[in-house]
Amino acid sequence: MNALAFARRLLSPRGWIAFGVLAIIGVVLIPTLNSAVSPESALGVSDRVITLLGKFVCYATAALALDLIWGFAGMLSLGHGVFFALGGYAMGMYLMLGIRGQGVYRSNLPDFMVFLDWKELPWFWHGFDNFAFAAFAVMWVPGLLAYAFGYFAFRSRIRGVYFSIITQALTYALMLLFFRNDTGLGGNNGLTDFKQLYGYPLALASTKRALYVASVVVLLFSFLLCRAIVTSKAGRVLRAVRDAESRVMFLGYDPRSYKLFAWTFSAVLCGIAGALYVPQVGIINPSELQPANSIEMAIWAAVGGRGTLFGAALGAFVVNGAKSWFTVALPELWLYVLGALFITVTLFMPDGIVGAVQRLVEKRTRAAAPAPAPGGAAS
Amino acid sequence: MGHMARRGMRWASSFLLAWLCLFAPWAVSAALGAVDVAMELRIVAGDDSEQAAQAVERLKAAGDPAALPALQAFDDGNLRVDAGGNVFIKTKNGLKPAVPGGAAQPAGGLKTIEPDNTVRRALLPALAALKLTSPDRDVRLAAAEELAKRPSDDVATMVKTALAKEQDSAVKTKLNLVIAQLDLASTDPARRINAIELIRQSGNIDFKADLERMVGKGGNATPSEKDPKVRDAASAALSSIETRVLLIGMVGHLFYGVSLGSVLLLAALGLAITFGLMRVINMAHGEMLMIGAYTTFVVQNFFQKSLPGAFDWYLVAAIPAAFCVCYAIGAVLERSVIQFLYGRPLETLLATWGISLGLIQTVRLIFGANNVAVANPSWLAGGYELLPGIVLTYSRIAVIVFAIVVVAFVWLWMNKTPVGLRVRAVTQNREMAAAMGIPTKRVDLGTFGLGSGIAGLGGVALSQLGNVGPELGQSYIVDSFMVVVLGGVGKLVGTIAGALGLGIVNKLLEPAAGAVLGKIIILVLIILFIQKRPQGIFALKGRAAEAG
Repeated sequence: MNALAFARRLLSPRGWIAFGVLAIIGVVLIPTLNSAVSPESALGVSDRVITLLGKFVCYATAALALDLIWGFAGMLSLGHGVFFALGGYAMGMYLMLGIRGQGVYRSNLPDFMVFLDWKELPWFWHGFDNFAFAAFAVMWVPGLLAYAFGYFAFRSRIRGVYFSIITQALTYALMLLFFRNDTGLGGNNGLTDFKQLYGYPLALASTKRALYVASVVVLLFSFLLCRAIVTSKAGRVLRAVRDAESRVMFLGYDPRSYKLFAWTFSAVLCGIAGALYVPQVGIINPSELQPANSIEMAIWAAVGGRGTLFGAALGAFVVNGAKSWFTVALPELWLYVLGALFITVTLFMPDGIVGAVQRLVEKRTRAAAPAPAPGGAAS
Repeated sequence: MGHMARRGMRWASSFLLAWLCLFAPWAVSAALGAVDVAMELRIVAGDDSEQAAQAVERLKAAGDPAALPALQAFDDGNLRVDAGGNVFIKTKNGLKPAVPGGAAQPAGGLKTIEPDNTVRRALLPALAALKLTSPDRDVRLAAAEELAKRPSDDVATMVKTALAKEQDSAVKTKLNLVIAQLDLASTDPARRINAIELIRQSGNIDFKADLERMVGKGGNATPSEKDPKVRDAASAALSSIETRVLLIGMVGHLFYGVSLGSVLLLAALGLAITFGLMRVINMAHGEMLMIGAYTTFVVQNFFQKSLPGAFDWYLVAAIPAAFCVCYAIGAVLERSVIQFLYGRPLETLLATWGISLGLIQTVRLIFGANNVAVANPSWLAGGYELLPGIVLTYSRIAVIVFAIVVVAFVWLWMNKTPVGLRVRAVTQNREMAAAMGIPTKRVDLGTFGLGSGIAGLGGVALSQLGNVGPELGQSYIVDSFMVVVLGGVGKLVGTIAGALGLGIVNKLLEPAAGAVLGKIIILVLIILFIQKRPQGIFALKGRAAEAG
């Protein structure tokens, strides 16, 4: 497969240079254009665009997490929205308690609890007024759920489409749970009206910029981490599991622990992405848990090119950029476009954009020098 | 000698009868003419409501059916009285005398009399008591029910007489309950025990509160019944009634469960067929349900406009229509997209999801984003009330029957037709089947169409149970997949067991845990279940099992 070749190429000097350039653009150039250049000028980046980009960056991190398990371990999760939302809810709870006393009811309780006539915080809200506690919860809540779910799922060797269906049922069930008012997480409306994060007002442009930068940094680090996993020995076992799980077992490996590790790590990554997403969009509600949202994540990875890491992140930008444009310009057409994306990518571009570009490049190099095809491409 | 003796006997018996008439409690009612109906009616129509109420009581005690029309008219506000105190009933054709043989024409100064509360309290039981003699069974039943609501000692005799003559079992039961209710308050412990026995036999839940009071359950902790024997009988009757209530409740939940199971079965059957045959996860399957439901809507509208006379039968026409529409769409999908994705289940999943988005949006653009109204035909409206609060609606019963018919057809098609034979051959071993000359591509096309068509049938059923909107299919897709996962692949019986099991467990959990928690519990149960049986309830054995 091209995946391995691509991951190797990232280790090459050219790969590092590309990574560095993208990092500088993301972390330095765009924030500078936002703060120093007036938004009216051609080069200016408005606050709205910064927030939008920040959102995309979070999506890209989630797509990266999904690609790690789908592209490299062969498990298509249709429930990654769960981990994204759980991270988001953990952050949302912290932000919600940050409102204290500034809500509509001037109460120490979040507004929706006052509305439901609750007298005190439910037990699982305790501790969320502490940023460190919340930041930790952002990771361990999705991680724990993923571990428990994966432990049972992999133990009974649920794989392929069965795994996809079960994960979809997971997100469906959690959506129903979070829609309930009694669950204690705001029900239908979710958590919103946030005021400040760690003392910084969320309405300030500088806070938005900082959140965006943080998201980009997280994306870059996640990329490096995922790349490290994929190119390690464990990553090789994972790919072997993807291609022939039974054979891996017969060779004496225990595929379960490898899958469980990748799955849990992916969930934690997704949770972090969700946690950064929530303060930027200002709301988290159960619609994030809709099965449709999780399937959309899969299409991000597929459009960009799954099994390439870089492609998944790229796909998140492309698809969500298109979505932002269409839902404003041609709202009726968006679902058709999305549907067509699903179909064309699966039918005609199994390796996504990255794969298509690669093939193009290979063709050209082959045309220039009729050398034997580059080896090492596993099938 | 013998002649004399017989005459003596007759005389003695008639004496005895007369004696009974005089002293037995029902003497008054037996002795017709002891109350002059016309006279009493004059008092009823008079100004003094106390007097009127007493007159009504006397009429009730007399039990003369002659008073019934007048009292009924009184209740309906159709009673008129003239200046001379003659009473008339207003009918559509004018006035007629309240009692046969009364004054034919009013003597001027006609006025309407209506019962006030004092009179009405006496009037309703009196009407009911008199109606017990009616030849119409439904009238008697209604009367008995009315009496059971306000029992009083003076109707007891009348009820007993009616009971002796009564042939209809339903009316008999009700009358017995009236007696039981009266006996329950009696001072004689034997009569109370008797009454409790009657109640136990009838299993009527209306007495639950009474019995609870007697044994000291529920609201007040001290038993109102002093006699321990009676109390024992009461608690035995109570537990019998409670068991009955529980049983009927269970039957009700079971019914809802089977009904939900049938819906899931209709939704999952096609999915199981396509998945079993070609390992295709069709995410657009839910949309086939939705399109089936919308086809029903279109057929309904067509009948409304063009064939209003036959409107009730639109549903019958919708069944083949929905099947054909969905079959066609399924066949087109198979040819255009799915056939290129065989052997890549995850890609099929994504592609069919894309198709489903397109279908939803198309329906939204044509019919609007809001729900559309699909009416039940009149023969499916209403239901059978098992207990207060548990109604078995005819539409749900029809869906269960429909599911059985569809499953029967699919079974016949799979097992008894040459086409079904080919389908099974391709399911078990595609290459071998192809080598034997079976056109696997055509089998794929037909089977996918059939799976979609069955989903269309499910859509017809869904349109009769709930709202029809563009997102209809989305709410069923997860559940249908659960059925397929639970039931295992490639076996009809697995799908049936999965669907019914899921439906019934869902409905049994719902009252205890709530709908949402119930669903979550079920998901956890399914995950745990798959631990034990990864291939579902009915697993395919051998090589076919490995292919998944």
